[in-house]
Amino acid sequence: MARDAALPIAVRQLTKSYGTLRVLDAVDLDVQRGEFLTLLGPSGSGKTTLLMMLAGFVRPDCGSIRFGEREVIRLAPHKRDVGMVFQNYALFPHMDVAANIAFPLKLRGIGKAETTQRVEQALELVKLGGYGARRIDQLSGGQRQRIALARAIVFEPRILLMDEPLSALDKQLREHMQIELRQLHERLGMTTVYVTHDQREALTMSDRIAVIDLGRIRQIDTPKAIYERPANRFVAEFIGESTFITVDVDAVGCSFNGVPLTLASQPSRKGSHQLMIRPERLTILEHAATAGINVLPATVTAAIYQGDSVLVQASLSDGKIVSVRASASARVPLVREEIYLGLKAADTYLLPVEERAA
Amino acid sequence: MSHEAGLNAKGLRRDALAERLILFSLSGPAVLLVTMTMLVPVGWLFWLSFLDDAGGFSLEHYQRMLVQPSYGRAFRITFEISFITTAICILLGYPLAYALSQLPRRVANICMIAVMLPFWTSLLVRTYAWLVLLQRQGLINTWGIKLGLWDSPLALVHNLNGTLIGMIHIMLPFMVLPVYATMRSIDRDYLKAAANLGASPTLAFWLVFLPLSLPGLVAGALMVFILCLGFYVTPAVLGGGKITMVANRIATDIELFFNWGAASSLGVVLFILTGIILYAASRLVRLDRFLSGGGA
Repeated sequence: MARDAALPIAVRQLTKSYGTLRVLDAVDLDVQRGEFLTLLGPSGSGKTTLLMMLAGFVRPDCGSIRFGEREVIRLAPHKRDVGMVFQNYALFPHMDVAANIAFPLKLRGIGKAETTQRVEQALELVKLGGYGARRIDQLSGGQRQRIALARAIVFEPRILLMDEPLSALDKQLREHMQIELRQLHERLGMTTVYVTHDQREALTMSDRIAVIDLGRIRQIDTPKAIYERPANRFVAEFIGESTFITVDVDAVGCSFNGVPLTLASQPSRKGSHQLMIRPERLTILEHAATAGINVLPATVTAAIYQGDSVLVQASLSDGKIVSVRASASARVPLVREEIYLGLKAADTYLLPVEERAA
Repeated sequence: MSHEAGLNAKGLRRDALAERLILFSLSGPAVLLVTMTMLVPVGWLFWLSFLDDAGGFSLEHYQRMLVQPSYGRAFRITFEISFITTAICILLGYPLAYALSQLPRRVANICMIAVMLPFWTSLLVRTYAWLVLLQRQGLINTWGIKLGLWDSPLALVHNLNGTLIGMIHIMLPFMVLPVYATMRSIDRDYLKAAANLGASPTLAFWLVFLPLSLPGLVAGALMVFILCLGFYVTPAVLGGGKITMVANRIATDIELFFNWGAASSLGVVLFILTGIILYAASRLVRLDRFLSGGGA
């Protein structure tokens, strides 16, 4: 399918309440033509509700959803023409694999010969060629996942929705499928909205990520921007590990507990700020005075060997505990040992000051 | 090291044996009861059906069944009534079960109690209650005439109508229960998936919901049909002596003619026919897979 056949999605003011609980709060969202957008959030954040509204299974209280130019907010699910992969796959147990994939083609009145051909093509695409005659209960979890995907794309929908499609797979298979799904998306180019609560999955697969919490989009940006420049504390804490230390900014510069720090960029507002520290951006220094890097003295409280890395927890001069992820080949420091942590100026990020009671 | 002489092997084997013995002894009383009250009498009746009045071996009871048309009629009416009852139970029970399965679970549970209520009342009481309702001066005829729905009393009882009404009423829960249980177990996501792939609600029902609910429907239909074959009280009371099902015929043979051999042979034939139907049905719809919950 050509990429220009994909449809953009425009969501405006989408709102849904169950009683007093507001699951979606006037959400605006634009998904570009052919984009892979992930809705990421903790359970109960409203991400699945939003996806179900795109598919037409949940009726919003108000708002607008457009696929391309077409308003679909009141359109019945079976008329929306979007592909969907369900969390539990929802493959029909009374049909074999081929009949499952042929189902949407049959409903669209496509002839027998073409159906057979397209079913086999879809099977090839998900690398399960020749599996047509299998019963659903003869398939493994990973195979079911692929069949569900084949069924969702066989009728060439211009929008593809996926509801945590990999959550039932084991870790290794999941990581493998993430890459495969990503490649498939690049090949087919359909606009894709993907729901997950797994941040690593979101970072791996998406063009952009929309982080959702309490029915609102807290930030929408590329994986790199979301990880390195979170817009608020929720996003910073939800994506990756992070510690925040309070630093003071005055006319001269920035300091932490009296120790001067060099920042990547000087904030315009003076006063106290939250500096975000990611464990993998800290290094354990050999010497107390190392040029060109911020040095934070700390005392080791725990050091854990984790195979691919060493996780060190250390308390800073103000008593705050920070995590440091050091290379496994480095020397594992001892508990209560005095160490010096290095933080490059380029790796410093001050959290934007949030307005109170937003 | 060999397993035979392994560390503690003997003791562990003895433990396993002891556990199995305990399990077996738990099922002992039930096995004994079934043997004493079911297998022995049935075996004895089976034996009786091959004896003539003088106690010698004979096939006369089976021959009589072929020669005397009244026996054939009893079998035919039995199967006819069972078939009609089953069909009407499907027509009434399936939509009811569907409606219940779409309700919130709490509401559905209350409705299920309403369905089950007659189930917990004595069959005899219910049958006589229908007699009161359906007879010429009964509630239904009185009101029907009063409201001008019909002019003279309808023959609702002491015939096939009454028998069917009574049997359908008694059998309906047997249909609703398995169908409802199967429908409840159908994941809603199947219907969502069908809609997402382009099926209108009607098509989704025919292509997905109905096939998935079929195991319950088959189980219910078989249960109703087979229970109907052995009905006695309802045709006796509501049929007004005009409806002679096999069970009624058996009763007549024993009570009026004291002919245990004839009665036994009827029982044996009914038993065999039921077995054949079950077997045919299981071949037809792979009952074993349905009964083991393989449907969903």
